[in-house]
Amino acid sequence: MKFGVIVFPGSNCDHDAYHVISKHVGQPVDFIWHRDTKLNSYDALIIPGGFSYGDYLRAGALARFSPVMESVKKFAASGRFVLGICNGFQILCEAGLLPGALIRNRDLHFICEHVFVRVETSDTPFTNEMERGSVLQLPIAHAEGNYICDDATFEALEQENRIVVRYCDRNGEVTAAANPNGSRDNIAGICSRERNVLGLMPHPERACEELLGSSDGRDIFRSLAATLAAVA
Amino acid sequence: MKAKVYVSLKPGILDPQGKAIQHAVELLGFDGIADVRQGKYFEIALADSGTPEEARESVSRMAREVLSNPIIEDYRVEIEA
Repeated sequence: MKFGVIVFPGSNCDHDAYHVISKHVGQPVDFIWHRDTKLNSYDALIIPGGFSYGDYLRAGALARFSPVMESVKKFAASGRFVLGICNGFQILCEAGLLPGALIRNRDLHFICEHVFVRVETSDTPFTNEMERGSVLQLPIAHAEGNYICDDATFEALEQENRIVVRYCDRNGEVTAAANPNGSRDNIAGICSRERNVLGLMPHPERACEELLGSSDGRDIFRSLAATLAAVA
Repeated sequence: MKAKVYVSLKPGILDPQGKAIQHAVELLGFDGIADVRQGKYFEIALADSGTPEEARESVSRMAREVLSNPIIEDYRVEIEA
């Protein structure tokens, strides 16, 4: 199984993602510059966090027009796996690969802290090694993480079991107090209808070693690796 | 020719920046402010090769596909000779 980490001008979690894939997943991984368009040799892509194009216009809005993104759309349409983290989630929304939008945090702050999220479904390629209801401690680091969508989209997300993680307290209770940014229904991550594209505001790649305060993020990558091993 | 594009958040979309600005303006002593919404404004200089109608059409497409996110924002285009 081969992983690719897409690098835009302004990406800054690309090395973290690369490190986790090579060290903890133990699989080959390449950086893919945003002008490259050949993705055929990869089984899974990570669109990492950062500030692509300086967040000019809107977070993720300009990265959508990078040459690699047309290939990412085809890659996703072919059923292969795409994980967008933070700015990667914003880019996936702007590109129309995931519904809704991520707007300014409710309280305007850039929030950089560890939060808890509850796994709402184990029926995704990214969470299938976890139990539904598992609580993960993961860091967030964003100013535009307030997930919004219209009512029809929200109902579809719920009915199709596509809300993958929600902000919660340490006991797994999804409460207003545990919602750091004002996201609709505490949504921290959603997947595509075909379930092969996941967008997450929290950073699992920054939580794979106890030294960093949590290693819960490994479960996401462990799930994806198990999925890929089963497909292969 | 010049195009002006105004992008604003759709009604109902939370605008915490607008709220913060409203609060600051009220602290300055301005009364009677019901609401403040912050938006974006673009000035686009156009080569004078087409008609104003053509300019409006192409700038509207630009506004729809790049300058605004239709999920959260509305836009308005003005063309000046």
